[in-house]
Amino acid sequence: MKPIWIIAKRELSSFFDSLMAYIIIILFLGISGFFTWIQGSDIFFVNQASLQSFFGIAYWTLFFFIPALTMRMIAEEKKTGTIEMLLTKPIKEEEIIAGKFVATLLLIIVALALTLGYYITVANLGNVDHGAILLGYFGLIFMSAAYISIGILTSCLSNNQITAYLLALAIGIFFHIIFDVLSSATPGFMGHTLHYLSMSTHFESVARGVIDSKDVIYFASIIFLGLFGSKMVLSKHN
Amino acid sequence: MDIKLENLTKIYDYQKAVDNISFEVKTGEILGFLGPNGAGKTTTMKAITCYLSPDSGDIKVGGLSVLQNPSAVKKNIGYLPENNPLYADMAVIDYLKFAAELQNVPKEKIKDRLWEMIQVCGLKNEKHKKIRELSKGYKQRVGLAQAMIHDPKILILDEPTTGLDPNQIVEIRELIRRIGREKTVILSSHILAEVEATCDRIIIINKGKIVADGTSEELRKQAQGDEILKIQIKEGEVNEIFRALQNIESVALVDLINSEQQLFEVQSLKGMKSAKNIFSLCASRGWYIGQLTPVETKLEDVFREVTTN
Repeated sequence: MKPIWIIAKRELSSFFDSLMAYIIIILFLGISGFFTWIQGSDIFFVNQASLQSFFGIAYWTLFFFIPALTMRMIAEEKKTGTIEMLLTKPIKEEEIIAGKFVATLLLIIVALALTLGYYITVANLGNVDHGAILLGYFGLIFMSAAYISIGILTSCLSNNQITAYLLALAIGIFFHIIFDVLSSATPGFMGHTLHYLSMSTHFESVARGVIDSKDVIYFASIIFLGLFGSKMVLSKHN
Repeated sequence: MDIKLENLTKIYDYQKAVDNISFEVKTGEILGFLGPNGAGKTTTMKAITCYLSPDSGDIKVGGLSVLQNPSAVKKNIGYLPENNPLYADMAVIDYLKFAAELQNVPKEKIKDRLWEMIQVCGLKNEKHKKIRELSKGYKQRVGLAQAMIHDPKILILDEPTTGLDPNQIVEIRELIRRIGREKTVILSSHILAEVEATCDRIIIINKGKIVADGTSEELRKQAQGDEILKIQIKEGEVNEIFRALQNIESVALVDLINSEQQLFEVQSLKGMKSAKNIFSLCASRGWYIGQLTPVETKLEDVFREVTTN
């Protein structure tokens, strides 16, 4: 546990030192706030005290922001050679990967925690389903964790940050929307499988207030595969 | 703590980067690792530090195998990789603290170790600067400090002085020699003078194989073989001197270098020395010796001889 935290601490301080953390948080709050409260089918429009519109927006914002946080994590270490310094210390590949995962997830949790103001506001406007909102946040955290692990994997695969970012988006977009679109057009078993693979299926089911073991298994498998794949790629150097 | 390489082989894309190398470094020894670019120096060092795993053979560090006990081995090694990779956006002191934590330095000792490294490596005025703001020489010191932060018994330094200016080179060498008193050190370089100045023993490798192994004197002797003297004899006539020199029984070959200055190069027979005979010759003929210098084989010559062909 300790080596993971050492890595995570360094990543977090690097996020804040490089202003990356502030930029991401401000952009996230700005975009989600704008679309939740001001623009389009906003929260007042639905005539219901819920954060559904915020969750919908966060669902997309995080999708684009997370690869931007993870893209440099391993790619930069490989490019500058610092990975060699790390790997010749008594620390395992999986601990490095886990440390970076934890750091990014914590940053996302901080960003989400800052939107609790929305929750308080909505709670004052009417009767809210507290459980649903709590689970909505959990859904966002699960989804973020899944995309972080994919992002770290693509960062392991490339030495170039932009490639890592685009590759993460390319893989992510399948889970995010393509599987969903395809599943509605595909009948039978294939359709079911695609429906199960779609992120929105599970996110919505959690956000609606139901956590099924199916959803947990789904998120856990993506996270595990992403992180395990990263470890394998990182171990391959020798 | 000693290091033992046993038939180490490492293959990259069908090419043997390191080909069946075995050698041993004793506790407290400073070993210079020499070789042309691409000879396999860095690969060997990466294998010792557990960054690369050997394709065959094994390395034992203090009796522990890098294959079976990489974590235990890593704890005993301080490593300065080639090109000295550092986190440019970290402050020196934060980076050293990070390295100390990774090396499991106990929390209560970290402060003392940081302080000591900053002293030893002369980073006192730089400790709060970001690494990217430092000059190359200071970065190198940070790299060394990082490698030594946990007081390892073994130091592996891959080209520790590349890119430094002459003053910095001297400083870093001093530093290595000072540290090397208590530690086992392997340092690679392609600067021969550097290895000669800092190391107790030299191994030259070429195309993945060891081609020479010994102290710098031993290597020189090995390459040089017979004694060669450069000698200037004043008075007398050149041809006469030449003939007289050739007639000395210990002399194998006489070469006239400069007839005006009467400079000769005299090569002795195997295992013989001619200086004394030449001296008595001159004394008996009434000549005098203007200069007499043994021609030393330079390490450069040894290096060229064993790494070409």
